[in-house]
Amino acid sequence: MRHSVALNLSKCLGCTTCIKSCPTEAIRVRSRKATILPNRCIDCGTCIQVCPHQAVRSQRMNVKEALQRFKYNIAIPDPSLYGQFHNLDDANIVLNALLNIGFDDIFEAGTASEMLAATLDGCEGLEAPQKPELSPACPAVVRLICIRFPDLLNHLPPLVTPIELATILARKQAVEAGVPAEDIGVFSIVPCSSQVTAVSAPEGLEKPVLDGALAIRDVYLELLGPMRDLDKDNMLPLAGSRVGTSWAFSGGEALTRRERRYIAVDGIVNVIRMLEEIEDGRMPDADFIELRACTNGCLGGCLNVENPFTAKMHLKDLMGNLPPSPQWGVREDVLEILRSTKEPVFLPTFQLDPNRRVAMQKMMAIQTLEDQLPGLRCGSCGAPSCRAFAEDVVMGRASVDDCIFKVRERMQHMAGDTEADDYMPAPFRLRRKQPAPETDCLEPMGPQDSGEERPE
Amino acid sequence: MSGDDKIHLSYQVEGGDLTRAGEASSSVKQTLRKLGLDPAVIRRVSVCMYEGEINMVIHANGGLAMVDVGLDDIVITLTDFGPGIPDIDKAMQAGYTTAADSVRDLGFGAGMGLPNMKKYSDDMKIKSIVGMGTTVTMVINIP
Repeated sequence: MRHSVALNLSKCLGCTTCIKSCPTEAIRVRSRKATILPNRCIDCGTCIQVCPHQAVRSQRMNVKEALQRFKYNIAIPDPSLYGQFHNLDDANIVLNALLNIGFDDIFEAGTASEMLAATLDGCEGLEAPQKPELSPACPAVVRLICIRFPDLLNHLPPLVTPIELATILARKQAVEAGVPAEDIGVFSIVPCSSQVTAVSAPEGLEKPVLDGALAIRDVYLELLGPMRDLDKDNMLPLAGSRVGTSWAFSGGEALTRRERRYIAVDGIVNVIRMLEEIEDGRMPDADFIELRACTNGCLGGCLNVENPFTAKMHLKDLMGNLPPSPQWGVREDVLEILRSTKEPVFLPTFQLDPNRRVAMQKMMAIQTLEDQLPGLRCGSCGAPSCRAFAEDVVMGRASVDDCIFKVRERMQHMAGDTEADDYMPAPFRLRRKQPAPETDCLEPMGPQDSGEERPE
Repeated sequence: MSGDDKIHLSYQVEGGDLTRAGEASSSVKQTLRKLGLDPAVIRRVSVCMYEGEINMVIHANGGLAMVDVGLDDIVITLTDFGPGIPDIDKAMQAGYTTAADSVRDLGFGAGMGLPNMKKYSDDMKIKSIVGMGTTVTMVINIP
């Protein structure tokens, strides 16, 4: 699978900040650079948000280049886009500015979400997944379920996402209007890395339907000028209605679906906790569980501009000016395409070996090694925990000597206890080092450097 | 298979802290997933573990959870030094509970713990001495 989350090695210092925040333990630091284990990455973008050196980014298309590839460009904006602007009282300003930067048509993902919900609502006989139904809308969450919660796959409904639905409908409309199919390019405007990955590797579709994904933060820059210069009295009425716009924040999907008993979970740590509970048989008494990897829902995605909490206020202000949803009812064209064409499948990423006997032997070796490790999660070996490190050693991804504590043991054999301890970093020393007589060991640490050279 | 070929996991379950119940279950799940076991088996183990953990927290002020993973089966042994179960048959009835109201108010103690553990395991044995403690042994076969 092609991931959108990628490292810029020239910026990475190997600081190990990212390894511990990764929810799937997919990152290791080797030779002072982070590396991503591709099978484990769910493109949630957590590392992008925590990296202090901006060394992790989401690979995506350049807006201007993307718009030159096709003669007829359609934008599928995620409603999060509107939350990025201060004092935006009319969504048409954003949408008309999109036309001015080179798009020919627009289909809001929010409108597609309303259509999807209405068709589902009015349609009996669509096979319902096991209750509680889990939302399939966040690609990072679906990938997480595929690798870590395979027994919950049957809680996912077999549905396309609103962005995919919008793409298929918009393309069809353009073809019907007489645009040659090969001239049409459809681009989503998305808030996060997992939505970028979903373009080339959609979870619910055999074949990708989008031609590319543009980051909200990139489009934002392109839009600022055209939005200012727009003739506000002669705008095309392109904006949809209120409810679909709420998709951008946590709870909005449940609102759109008019769910009564629902739980909206946001933030990847909370999502994992909820899925763990369901797996343990602690079934919450809810019909629908909305799950979003980012804090505050899609507004918290790493490709946005505005603080997600501020953006939510902007969006709520804007929603007050939007009309209520039309009665979409069951639409035949939606019914035709709402079913996903591919079922998400279990990816046994964490399996130690396909042969269970071998896997058990490896597990025993991991346990034996882990028992000899300090359990400090110091990250000095480049792995997020001693357990992950022990696994790396047994799986041939690391050497025991990568553990600074194992090295100390060896040094103790060679140099004796005292000297070995003196070479350990301060937090790991067994004894307090005697301070040199003229220095005060309690002197506060200032920003001034010891003159030591630092890598840039 | 001899005992030495099994993977042994053991967890101290702290009493009186319902919020931490489930940690042992979660850790067992991660280990079993790495062995490539069928997700359905893993789920059965996690339900048994979790219900057992909760029981020990609510009724016995904690205890010890041990899991032995073999090639053919998984054996979960829960040992506590709590008050013991006076009438095991009654305790096995769905909905029968002795949990305090304070616990029930939190959504626990609905009297489904032991019945669920029986339902999700292939074999379950309870040994209990009033005033001494309880040992529950559950076996889950690996198909």
